[in-house]
Amino acid sequence: MSGSREQILARVRAALADVPSGEHPPDVEVPRDYARSHGRGGADTLVDRLEDYRAIVHRVAADALPDAVAAALQRRGSRSIVVPADLPEAWTATWTDEIGGGADMAAAGAPVLRDDGDGVGLGLGLGALDAVDGVVTGCAVAIAETGTIVLDGGEGQGRRVLTLVPDYHLCVVRADQIVDDVPDAVARLDPRRPLTWISGPSATSDIELDRVEGVHGPRTLEVLIVG
Amino acid sequence: MTGTFLGMPTFPEAARAATADAQLRHNLRKATHTIRDKRAEAVGELDDWTRLRAAGKAVKDRTLRHLDHYLEQLEASVTAAGGQVHWAADAAEANRIVTDLVRATGERELVKVKSMATQEIGLNEALEAAGITAYETDLAELIVQLGDDLPSHILVPAIHRNRAEIREIFLREMAAWGTAAPDGLTDDPRALADAARVHLREKFLSTKVAVSGANFAVAETGTLVVLESEGNGRMCLTLPETLISVVGIEKTIPTWDDLDIFLQTLPRSSTGERMNPYTSTWTGVTPGDGPQEFHLVLLDNGRSDVLADEVGRQALRCIRCSACLNICPVYERTGGHAYGSVYPGPIGAILTPQLKGTGGELEASLPYASSLCGACYEVCPVAIDIPEVLVHLREEVASAGGAGHRVEKAAMAAAEWVLDDDRRLGLAQRAVASARSLVPRRLPGPVGAWTDTRDLPDIPEESFRQWWRTREKGKRKRS
Ligand code: SF4
Repeated sequence: MSGSREQILARVRAALADVPSGEHPPDVEVPRDYARSHGRGGADTLVDRLEDYRAIVHRVAADALPDAVAAALQRRGSRSIVVPADLPEAWTATWTDEIGGGADMAAAGAPVLRDDGDGVGLGLGLGALDAVDGVVTGCAVAIAETGTIVLDGGEGQGRRVLTLVPDYHLCVVRADQIVDDVPDAVARLDPRRPLTWISGPSATSDIELDRVEGVHGPRTLEVLIVG
Repeated sequence: MTGTFLGMPTFPEAARAATADAQLRHNLRKATHTIRDKRAEAVGELDDWTRLRAAGKAVKDRTLRHLDHYLEQLEASVTAAGGQVHWAADAAEANRIVTDLVRATGERELVKVKSMATQEIGLNEALEAAGITAYETDLAELIVQLGDDLPSHILVPAIHRNRAEIREIFLREMAAWGTAAPDGLTDDPRALADAARVHLREKFLSTKVAVSGANFAVAETGTLVVLESEGNGRMCLTLPETLISVVGIEKTIPTWDDLDIFLQTLPRSSTGERMNPYTSTWTGVTPGDGPQEFHLVLLDNGRSDVLADEVGRQALRCIRCSACLNICPVYERTGGHAYGSVYPGPIGAILTPQLKGTGGELEASLPYASSLCGACYEVCPVAIDIPEVLVHLREEVASAGGAGHRVEKAAMAAAEWVLDDDRRLGLAQRAVASARSLVPRRLPGPVGAWTDTRDLPDIPEESFRQWWRTREKGKRKRS
């Protein structure tokens, strides 16, 4: 490409004159005897870690999920939410039924905005996302040991921007999506997808190291663990 | 921002001024001790820490020993994923590439994720000269930028500012940069963070170009990785149309699977958290999601020179966790500015003179800005033997022919600072004792003449820490 490319590569090669010419990358041994898991996996650990990050956590049975979503959104006082286009309708059905009958319906406008962005510019604008009260999504993987939820843009997760601009994120984690530890998560995820690893709500400690939740991302993370 | 590290006084002079600043010392002490304790706890949770550390070291060594191979692989995989790769031999070239890329978008403003590499090359200043405004979006970087100040720590760049100072800066400067601070702003951290949220949101929602660095670049897949806390990184990496990432060539790692090591060691050594609040990874561009144009600028700027030094090379393993700063007794008392470099603390003391050469006064003094206590090596998650490199660089400074007087000045000025009160002397003696067999009877090179007529202080057989450990063990046994 540029002259600098050749120049840099030449400099790097010259700098490595001490490396025997017959040595190949795999010849430099990497000991991989570190633990795949620290043995504290499972939903209980996940709950503990999430609460440590001051996320709000509930465990619910599969058939109680729509009620749990409705209850969470009502506690929050949400009047409008955004969801990925493919989020199961049932998840938010109880909530829309409940507020649908209320007198505030007209004021609330469409309570559930579906983001149909598919690469041809049909997604919601930033203004619309900024105006909603929250977002509801699923996830790809959750890591018990670190309390991390990973979104990969797959089913029920939508574009990255959906979970970024609204101030409240309600995330549904299925029990079978929970892995023990970081190595298992890395192995399960597809690096070609854009990934967002979330460990608690946005936080800063820049002012005298006092932790303040939320500067830019959602300031509140609520997690429903199903099953 | 007009502040610059260039032309700053050498370490001993800056350190003398910094240690006289009681407010700064108070802020630093509180901050470094808080993070230090949190780190120890987070690291203590993992019973395989030493194995993770050995693996991280080995992965980085493998990469460095075959960096040409991995850089070519990285270029190919980023390109295959829809990104464009640019190579920058030095700071000027990197700045020119970024400026041209921004110009090509027709925009005159951009948002930035905190990045050491762009600070190192002075990107903001170069953009400003080209009529382009770069907005820092990390809260601490914002405080530094609005205060027309310099960052003083890798992880918490505004560690030297307290809440009252931050409030003043916000009230005085925010309006000139965009949304003003609200009337009646208090110095409560919550209120200050809210003011920053409002101020920056306007920027995020309207800016079309972003510049970032990266913590890791995966050669195998072309994936870039950014770890952060606030969400400003996600904002910059997701909302704009064009993303430009300036990444040092040493940030490369071979495979996606290697990340499982660093995603465990970096957050724990850095902020003492099990995991940082947000990590973003992206591979080229994703249709319909995030920036549709992605540029990776691979930066050399002296790194290939560091690579050429077989002892000093290990500095390129650094993953910028800042654990060595927080543990360092010298950093704790002087703060980051005294190092006169974007890379402060122990890692700065070995990286800066290697990146820039030891020809300048500042660079020559940095290898002496340490008590060689070895604490930095102990906490380093990729096992960089900082004391070894410091001694190696001292030799280099000393043997740079004809510079004897200069060397003695640099060394003695640093020594004077360490020796000028009892407490520091005690500290230095304990420190020297634990520096294994690094201290010779007669100093090498031109400084040798000095030791011919003076005795080096006696080194106790047992360091304080060793004594303490033995004592604690004894106590446990007895109880
Ligand atoms: S030298 Fe080691 S401890 Fe210091 S910042 Fe780099 S990785 Fe962290």
